[in-house]
Amino acid sequence: MKVCLVKYPAGNVKSVEIALKRLGITPVLTSDPDTLNKADKLILPGVGHAGELSRFLEAENLAELIRGFKNPVLGICLGMQIMCSASEEGNARGLGIVDGNVLKFKGELKVPQIGWNRIYNLKGPLFKNVTESAYVYYVNSFYLPVVNCTSGFSHYGTEFSAAVERDNFFGVQFHPEKSGPEGYRIITNFLSL
Amino acid sequence: MGLAKRIIPCLDVIGNTTVKGVNFSGMVPLGSPVEMATLYCRQGADELVFLDIEASVKNTGTIFKVIEEVAGVVDVPFTVGGGISEIGHVEKLMESGADKISLNSAALLRPSLISDIARRFGSQCVVVAVDYMLLNGTPMVMSHGGKKKTDRKLIQWVKEIIDSGAGEILLTAIDRDGTGAGFDIENVSRISGLAGIPVIASGGAGSPVDFLDVFTRGNADAALAAGIFHRNELKISELKEFLKDNNLEIRL
Repeated sequence: MKVCLVKYPAGNVKSVEIALKRLGITPVLTSDPDTLNKADKLILPGVGHAGELSRFLEAENLAELIRGFKNPVLGICLGMQIMCSASEEGNARGLGIVDGNVLKFKGELKVPQIGWNRIYNLKGPLFKNVTESAYVYYVNSFYLPVVNCTSGFSHYGTEFSAAVERDNFFGVQFHPEKSGPEGYRIITNFLSL
Repeated sequence: MGLAKRIIPCLDVIGNTTVKGVNFSGMVPLGSPVEMATLYCRQGADELVFLDIEASVKNTGTIFKVIEEVAGVVDVPFTVGGGISEIGHVEKLMESGADKISLNSAALLRPSLISDIARRFGSQCVVVAVDYMLLNGTPMVMSHGGKKKTDRKLIQWVKEIIDSGAGEILLTAIDRDGTGAGFDIENVSRISGLAGIPVIASGGAGSPVDFLDVFTRGNADAALAAGIFHRNELKISELKEFLKDNNLEIRL
């Protein structure tokens, strides 16, 4: 199975790479459209800035490629946010796969949200054998409210999408590669789609 | 409903060996960082901190291989500190598998380093470690692994760190380090009330009750300890059961 990690500047993909290797997969890290097009699984990892990522995907002609991708795609953190319609972060235009706008956490909260939070109302194949209300690790200043495609939610000042699913597209706001055994289960579930 | 309180074991490393001292000195070798990291993850550590304690003095740079090995067995966030004084070090550490870096002495010499790294890699990956000691009753910041005095007051430095865009503060009471006398609740509580970012309390963990206190009275977001776990006086899994039984949000 060929798993591609979409490579973009300022995205730290090392931890995702390490997690995949522990599961016996050596991912290809690339932004080359031909290579990405042949992948069995595509992962959009995510640390960085939505505005910059959006511009990068447009400039490298990757936005269209991802939107039209037929095999399973997993967006992690910013990788999930970029699948949405738009983001408040740098007024970024998203890929529009998931209908919803990404907002900044407001109010009396420590931002970024850094730490372990629970996930609820888990739906779909990504959460097979994952415990309802399990803790997962989050690092985010921006969030997607609960929308039609939400397949799990968490609470941080407000309810927000922990995960989304639409057709072959999956997204998680948390970092499954840093979420202990439950996180590894989620990655394994994605790989076996 | 909130984030779980985090339990963070800390590996103080020299070369390829985990060590532990008292009040930051008299280091005793304790074992392999990779084996200890594996064990702690299995016991439910919420994060792992790796401090290359000699680097701020020696600047060896040979530690990357060890860090990469540890990163390979850790399935929770992994923070690395020790001797980081430029962006290039951060790049190399991230490339070796660190999720966050911990700054200390270099930030004291050049506070703009905090914002430089935060801008480049995001606030979430910048932990600023603050080591302090009570001098004439005032908590004062120390640098170079607790060896050098600075003229900075704890509160004043913490405010500066927050304004610079740090993601988290790792607060260590040198007077308590390795003593098992309990965390410095008073100062942890003052800093937690001040900071809009998570505070990791460190120094003095001697019993499960000490952890409970630092979370309930000190309001810490996370507690870091070394010796008590290394010497197997307290298993992380048992500690977390205890805290959960005392109604804290804990990931089991």
